[in-house]
Amino acid sequence: MKSSSKASIAAILKQYDSGQDSLISLMQDIQSAFGYLPKEALQQAGRELDIPLSKFFAVASFYNSFNLEPQGKHTISVCEGTACHVKNADNLAQMVARELELNGDEGTSTDRQFTLKKVRCLGCCSMAPVVKVNDDIHGSMTQTKTATILNQYRKDKK
Amino acid sequence: MKGSTSKRLAKLQKEGLTTLFPESTKIMVGSASCGIAAGADAVLQAITAEVKKKKMDAVVQKVGCIGLCYLEPLVDIIIPGRPRLTYGNVTPEKAKELVAAAKKGKVLEGALGKITAEPFLIEGTARDYNGTAGGVDDVPLYAELPFYRKQNRIALRNCGFIDPENITEYIAKGGYQSLASVLEKSSPGRIASDVERAGLRGRGGAGFPTGRKWKICLSARSDEKYLICNADEGDPGAYMDRSILEGDPHAVIEGMLIGGYAIGATRGFIYVRDEYPLAIERLEKALEQVREHGLVGEKILGSSFNFDITISRGAGAFVCGEETALIKSIEGDCGEPRQRPPFPAESGLWGKPTIINNVETLATVPVIAAKGAKWFSSIGTDGSKGSKVFSLVGNVNNIGLVEVPMGTTLRDIIFDIGGGIPNNRAFKAVQTGGPSGGCIPESLIDLPVDYDALTKSGSIMGSGGLIVMDEKTCMVDVAKYFLEFLESESCGKCTPCRVGVKRMREILTDICEGKAELEDLTRLEDMAGLINDSALCALGRTAPNPVLSTLKYFKDEYLAHILLKKCPAGVCKDLITFSVDKKTCIGCGACKKACPADAVTGEKKKAHKINTKKCIKCGACREVCPVSAVLT
Repeated sequence: MKSSSKASIAAILKQYDSGQDSLISLMQDIQSAFGYLPKEALQQAGRELDIPLSKFFAVASFYNSFNLEPQGKHTISVCEGTACHVKNADNLAQMVARELELNGDEGTSTDRQFTLKKVRCLGCCSMAPVVKVNDDIHGSMTQTKTATILNQYRKDKK
Repeated sequence: MKGSTSKRLAKLQKEGLTTLFPESTKIMVGSASCGIAAGADAVLQAITAEVKKKKMDAVVQKVGCIGLCYLEPLVDIIIPGRPRLTYGNVTPEKAKELVAAAKKGKVLEGALGKITAEPFLIEGTARDYNGTAGGVDDVPLYAELPFYRKQNRIALRNCGFIDPENITEYIAKGGYQSLASVLEKSSPGRIASDVERAGLRGRGGAGFPTGRKWKICLSARSDEKYLICNADEGDPGAYMDRSILEGDPHAVIEGMLIGGYAIGATRGFIYVRDEYPLAIERLEKALEQVREHGLVGEKILGSSFNFDITISRGAGAFVCGEETALIKSIEGDCGEPRQRPPFPAESGLWGKPTIINNVETLATVPVIAAKGAKWFSSIGTDGSKGSKVFSLVGNVNNIGLVEVPMGTTLRDIIFDIGGGIPNNRAFKAVQTGGPSGGCIPESLIDLPVDYDALTKSGSIMGSGGLIVMDEKTCMVDVAKYFLEFLESESCGKCTPCRVGVKRMREILTDICEGKAELEDLTRLEDMAGLINDSALCALGRTAPNPVLSTLKYFKDEYLAHILLKKCPAGVCKDLITFSVDKKTCIGCGACKKACPADAVTGEKKKAHKINTKKCIKCGACREVCPVSAVLT
């Protein structure tokens, strides 16, 4: 682990006392610094706050928002809430998975540019079906519109 | 009210009125998450830039959502001497035109509705816009629009009308007056009784009487008690709480303060979904403001009441909407529910008496405190008082957030307010209550929204998601959808839920894939009974509901899947084939271009064909066909 990473974990840990009460909040801070929960960061946090690594793993695997693996540069979240589902959101997710050549129906592309996630629900049901890329929510999506947006992000890379 | 307190609030109220009703032109952009998704930020930027360019004296602000979500981005404009006008589907270009017209004191055509007097619910009065200048006679009044006519906005009273990031506007509309008067004139027991007599039942879904819950907690002895606002709105297809938090966060905070006083609590927590970043941001700002004005902390408004509020961000787990799981999550652990009793009102967060109230419940409390139990209980039905917010979504024309008096029929909501089903399709069902609820068929569409009537039908009131389904929705697929959701959200602690839901989902998958036999329906029902009897928490116990209600009302569809190996709605991919209707096809080639599998052939201007061996059933062709010639 780089020394700069170690320093940023130390900065996060400064705000926390030992004990479990703020465990989720601590993990959220680590994730927002790294994009995921690096094992080394959790080990360091565990040593300093006297929390076993198994506890971190239990919490990280229980809640949907935690990632134990590095994520793609851009995260594409296809909403599969009920309103999106009845408007064929599943076809959108499958289309993105095909475009990114993923093995399953979720995951990260081999070039690490994109991570596809199915989420339920983003609470923008009036715009169903909804696709979120990073922090931007796109409403009333079709496969064509989704492909256009995907291509924009691909172009930005170049 | 003590002199100094009332003076302080009056000063803030006066300040709020200057931006609420400025002497200059006022332009408001609906900037809740859904508005922003529709492009509200670009519209706001265009307006701000144009106002600056034209050196106009105008107040430009962000407001919450007025509920007409299907017409976002929405812009409201008040030109002095004219009524308040609302414009829908506003583009940045259109926004510039609106500003240019306003600069000349003119209004553009095409407004959706007008308001001549803005209601002040808490004071019971309305404030006139002094709309003396003419020119908008052909624009309908808000109150007469089909979308609003049958609504009664209590929890949503301020959404879309005030700047959610400005506490003075909330106070100008009567905010924190209820708190001040409760602290001064009422005892904890009395306000709890008032809320009980009002007949307010929990809006999160279970419908337990709020006042009664408060009384139980009030009588529990402890050095410390807590009040938690449950803003973990997890039901897919529901966004009422998000809209309230983004549009009127102070209403929830005031409700928490009154609730905290009623139960004798000293600390409050808002447990909010991680998926709602804007709601969190606005809550954080609101909390900064109440702190600045001494509305939280010690000796609130000069009384002896001490109460502080902390935001606790969820991390994405549906089960955390269940109160004992939510408590575990605030404690920093995995959100696994535990056996009740003891109920949290006796032993909750860190073992102390704790009350958990939903966002909408809390946003309603200040109004009850101001207008009295009798006023509130005069609205609604015998067993369900007041109004309820619903997110009306799915296959319905007017998608949006509506608040109707209890007792309004589903037909009124879907057909009058919602404007019916788009694309000339037939109504099939409405799903209420999220994954714990059920699907209500057309034969029961005259049911009133009422806790007991909906439970009797095999569904539940739930938190307020109303997902409308048309003839192209497969009810078996919907049941499978909910069970997939619950299977992935089951915490895994008890076997009936962890394994039982999985087994039920497997049977439903078989049915959708045409691999099931008739006996599977009996297996589903047996399993449903077993899970309902033995699961640990409400998530598990109600998990079979989506299956039971669809089996009860749409058994024909199950039978078609099992016996005929057909999906009548044309959804289940293993049971359908895509084809082009030769007579309708105009040979435009759009489907051929869209097909990712090269399965479509055909010459320009001649009917096209789909090669079923190559077809991957992705639906891309159906989506682009301009004449709906792709059949399933």
